[in-house]
Amino acid sequence: MPEAAPRSYLAFAPTSWMSALPPATRLVFHGDRTARAAVGRLFPIPVDDEVCRARVDGERAGLWLGPDEYLLLAPAEQSAASIAQALDAALGATAHAIIDVSHRQIGLEIRGPLAARILNGACPLDLDPAQFPTGTCTRTVLAKADIVLWRPRAEAFRVEVWRSFAPYAIALLTEIARDLIPADSTSA
Amino acid sequence: MSRWRTAAGGCVDRSRPLAFRFDGRAYEGLAGDTLASALLANGVHLLGRSFKYHRPRGILSAGAEEPNALVTLRRDSARVTPNLRATQIELYAGLEAQSQNRWPSLRRDVGRINDWLSPLFPAGFYYKTFMWPRSAWKSLYEPLIRRAAGLGVAPSEADPDRYAQCYAHCDVLVAGGGPAGIAAALAAADQGARVILCDEQAEFGGTLLADPRARIDGAPAVQWVERSIAELAKNDRVVLLPRTTAFGYFPHNLLGLNQRLTDHLATPAPQAARERLWQVRARAVVLATGAIERPMVFPGNDRPGVMLAGAARTFLNRYGVRVGDRAVLLAACDSAYAAALDLHAAGVTIAAIADVRAQATGALPTAAREAGIEVLDRATVLGTRGALRIQQVSLAEVDGSGALGRARTVRCDALLMSGGHTPSVHLFSQSRGQLKWSDALQAFLPERSAEAERSAGACRGIYDLRAAIDDGAAAGADAAPARAGARRDPPVDADPADAGGYLGALPLAGTRSQKSFVDLQHDVTMKDLALATREGFRSIEHVKRFTTTGMATDQGKTSNLNALAIVAGALDVPIPQVGLTSFRMPYTPTSFGSFAGASRGDLFDPVRCTPMHDWARTAGAVFEDVGLWKRARYFPRGGEDMHAAVARECRAVRAGCGIFDASTLGKIEVVGAGAAQFLERLYVNSWANLAVGRCRYGILCREDGFVYDDGVVARLRPDRFHVTTTTGGAPRVLAMMEDYRQTEWPELQVWLTSTTEQWAVIAVQGPKSREVLRSLVEDVQLDAAALPHMGVAYGRICGVAGLVMRVSFTGELGFELNVPADHGLAVWQAVHAAGAAHGITPYGTETMHVLRAEKGYIIVGQDTDGTVTPDDAGLAWAIGKKKPDFVGRRSLQRASMQAATRKQLVGLRSRDGRTLLDEGAQIAETPAQKPPMRLIGHVTSSYHSAVLERPIALAMVAGGRSRMGRTLYVPMPGGDVEVEVVAPVFYDPSAERIHA
Repeated sequence: MPEAAPRSYLAFAPTSWMSALPPATRLVFHGDRTARAAVGRLFPIPVDDEVCRARVDGERAGLWLGPDEYLLLAPAEQSAASIAQALDAALGATAHAIIDVSHRQIGLEIRGPLAARILNGACPLDLDPAQFPTGTCTRTVLAKADIVLWRPRAEAFRVEVWRSFAPYAIALLTEIARDLIPADSTSA
Repeated sequence: MSRWRTAAGGCVDRSRPLAFRFDGRAYEGLAGDTLASALLANGVHLLGRSFKYHRPRGILSAGAEEPNALVTLRRDSARVTPNLRATQIELYAGLEAQSQNRWPSLRRDVGRINDWLSPLFPAGFYYKTFMWPRSAWKSLYEPLIRRAAGLGVAPSEADPDRYAQCYAHCDVLVAGGGPAGIAAALAAADQGARVILCDEQAEFGGTLLADPRARIDGAPAVQWVERSIAELAKNDRVVLLPRTTAFGYFPHNLLGLNQRLTDHLATPAPQAARERLWQVRARAVVLATGAIERPMVFPGNDRPGVMLAGAARTFLNRYGVRVGDRAVLLAACDSAYAAALDLHAAGVTIAAIADVRAQATGALPTAAREAGIEVLDRATVLGTRGALRIQQVSLAEVDGSGALGRARTVRCDALLMSGGHTPSVHLFSQSRGQLKWSDALQAFLPERSAEAERSAGACRGIYDLRAAIDDGAAAGADAAPARAGARRDPPVDADPADAGGYLGALPLAGTRSQKSFVDLQHDVTMKDLALATREGFRSIEHVKRFTTTGMATDQGKTSNLNALAIVAGALDVPIPQVGLTSFRMPYTPTSFGSFAGASRGDLFDPVRCTPMHDWARTAGAVFEDVGLWKRARYFPRGGEDMHAAVARECRAVRAGCGIFDASTLGKIEVVGAGAAQFLERLYVNSWANLAVGRCRYGILCREDGFVYDDGVVARLRPDRFHVTTTTGGAPRVLAMMEDYRQTEWPELQVWLTSTTEQWAVIAVQGPKSREVLRSLVEDVQLDAAALPHMGVAYGRICGVAGLVMRVSFTGELGFELNVPADHGLAVWQAVHAAGAAHGITPYGTETMHVLRAEKGYIIVGQDTDGTVTPDDAGLAWAIGKKKPDFVGRRSLQRASMQAATRKQLVGLRSRDGRTLLDEGAQIAETPAQKPPMRLIGHVTSSYHSAVLERPIALAMVAGGRSRMGRTLYVPMPGGDVEVEVVAPVFYDPSAERIHA
């Protein structure tokens, strides 16, 4: 039998304000209040009334995407299968759905004092710290691409975008940044 | 320095001269000039020719409302912008402007003949005059009229500039940076609000920039402006946007702002964005858009040198330019006297002030008289003279009975008029706010807001400077979310509020032969309006369209109120009864580029590529667009055309093995205890009886019973289905599923997740596909007993956990390998390498289309068109007969949906065995019909079949299944093609190959 086929990952040279995040494990978790409580004991997810918020524990993060939908993020070394298995075991007969979407999307980090302004070149949300504080996450758009936007730190945003839309998102943000960031500081 | 430039004063920098050209001639202006002020400083008043009559025209105003002074700016062959208002163009070194609508030159223009022929061109002439012969309208008259009339010429090259866009939010957006707007921004900022203050001009200050007498807070008003703007600039919660026009007001306080970034620069940085479109969502809006001075309607009122009095004052005080040596003022309000006094003080001879009123007694008229300026009361204008510049004006007194009194002629080189002010309610009106007519101010004023919006200052009829600043401050404080901090209350010392005003044509204008223009940009005269009322038009909306008054690029900023008054006068009704036309965005013309922004070229749309895209590109694939996806269409080798490549690929799949990238297929994971029930209700098929490890071809209808999408559905676990959709249908199928899940069947425990991009899908098809894959797949037995047709299993593919589906869209033995997308390329390469010994051939979508058509498999959207039921498509077998319901079932039970005469899917065989039918061709029962033909169907798919060595076609034909073996006729460009109706399965009808 052959060696495991290697991974090909987005090739993108980071700049001072944008980089592609390394491959990660991603799971979509769906479930009701009981299921959420069970998952919450193993994986950081925001509690019930924290809409559009993420919870972080070490290298893991759980993002609220909807009333019964969460995006679970973990480093690639923690396999989707092992996390799903552990959660399935904890959930037992409680109704839920866990889907591996690790390869469906890629993560971009947009950082620095102009991060919000760059994103606002294509994202219509109010990213003022008072309206979109650290820890906020939501589905939104980047012009013609659907994205999940999360603000893990005050001056850093994580964009999760479906893999085939990633070149568009990167090119669009680069085009926007040309008018906001002096050319000599765009490469890292 | 030219003799029209003052020695000191204004916002121009006399130490920085700027060379520029107008119509090829070199001139010099100053930094801080507009093109209009610079030309006036050079004594140039003739700027263009009018739209219809080609009359010489000059500069009417000093701002955005300018109807006459339209020019074309040219930076290079691609950067040509027509129809720009010279009054808004900031001068830069090397600026090149051209006049418009003239030939061969501005001073000698052949089109001027239209003016003498004007009796031929009354209002609405194109509805009446050029009606015979009818055919000549399109070919002769319309092109001629379009060439003769019209404004600047549209550029023909692609716009090389970049345009930026952004979204922004704020608590208070203030549109207009005059006294009221600045006061509003200060007051809102004092409350800690996030504020955006925008103004269309390069400098904030509005009318204060041209008012040397006003003092605010103990200092000249311009110093108050400077201090206030500096203070706002320091506040990091305030965004100041000069050169930014609020051009559109959209629902829920979304405003469109157009910011000009480089137009004022002599040498913009290469590749710097030219403009930025702001889409601002404001919690509250303060409109401080000011008022526009109104011209007066009298015979000969369009000559160069006839100008608004306030504009002359602006040119003098802000730009240091005298608009003439000897001016006559025509006044209906006191502010005209302020202009007269300033000009008088600057050395301009004021030949006379003709006031239409009986006796003006305000402070300014009194001051003018005391300065020794002659004032004529109850005056009117009988006409003017001067070919390319006004030379004299005939003034007359109108006596108490309205009859012509004493007349006299006054020599002048400038005639400065002020008919009062019209509040700028454009944005307010765009926001759907309600206007109300004020008899006191003779103006439409904001009455009731539709949005979280407040108007402040002159745009709501508050002309007194102190009151306007108070009004702005109150609006700004009121608009801010918090109410804290002290109110500012700077002392204001200024001229009294303007009083007076005049609407419509001056007395006796209608009795003179010279034209009295109302709409200068569209050349509409008072006689045109009178004609419209005589022809029976009553509503201003109809008058407007008949005469085109107010329909030019300036949207009638200076003309609408006069037009209304003339129509009201002719009909003898009050002005509000004639109505008011709508104000539409944009406030001033806005470039297409700023709306397009980055959405051009490669960024026009996302281009979606599969994980194996680069491999296909390297292999020489020709791609086609399928939705946003790029899909390999065929892989030509050694100079093959599409036909040859597809034929080779088809034969390879049928005889050996082909490999195909199916990653773009939509994939939805449907999971939960209610998953089977959910699909049972949604799709026409039965799902409860589908065993784990098996697949089924599913059909999804809309409520109307017509086929919406199709795809293979695999049951992976009792509560987990892997649903595939068409490439283009993936988003809408997921949206439809979510809609039903959330709104119709919330009781079902089921969740939906798109996995389209999680999986790379590699289809390996052909009799040798099992042999190719045997060495690559672990944990799954590939033989027919263990994995029969429509079987599915989890397994390891090239060492990667994935999904092996035994499915076929070719009619051959086939597999679809699903592997996590990052592994797609490596697995593809491994399969391709392993297949080399078996002659594995990459094939594209065109080959896929031929192979599926040979088997009679439909493509939703090609063989169906949104009016095809499952039975029409020959798919009634798929419908779960015992199901109580599914989406579309009720519609399918209607008699008309079951009629035997409906169009049904059939195959067509050209009788001659070689003619390829056109896709989309119609089908007739009998040959050589004359129109109107009776057509009974159409060809949906048509290909040359390489393995069958003849053309094949699928078609939708009325009652098609009852016509098997009959001959029909397909009219094509070369004549009728005789075809035989056959079953739609052309190849391997017993389906032995697929089960191999």
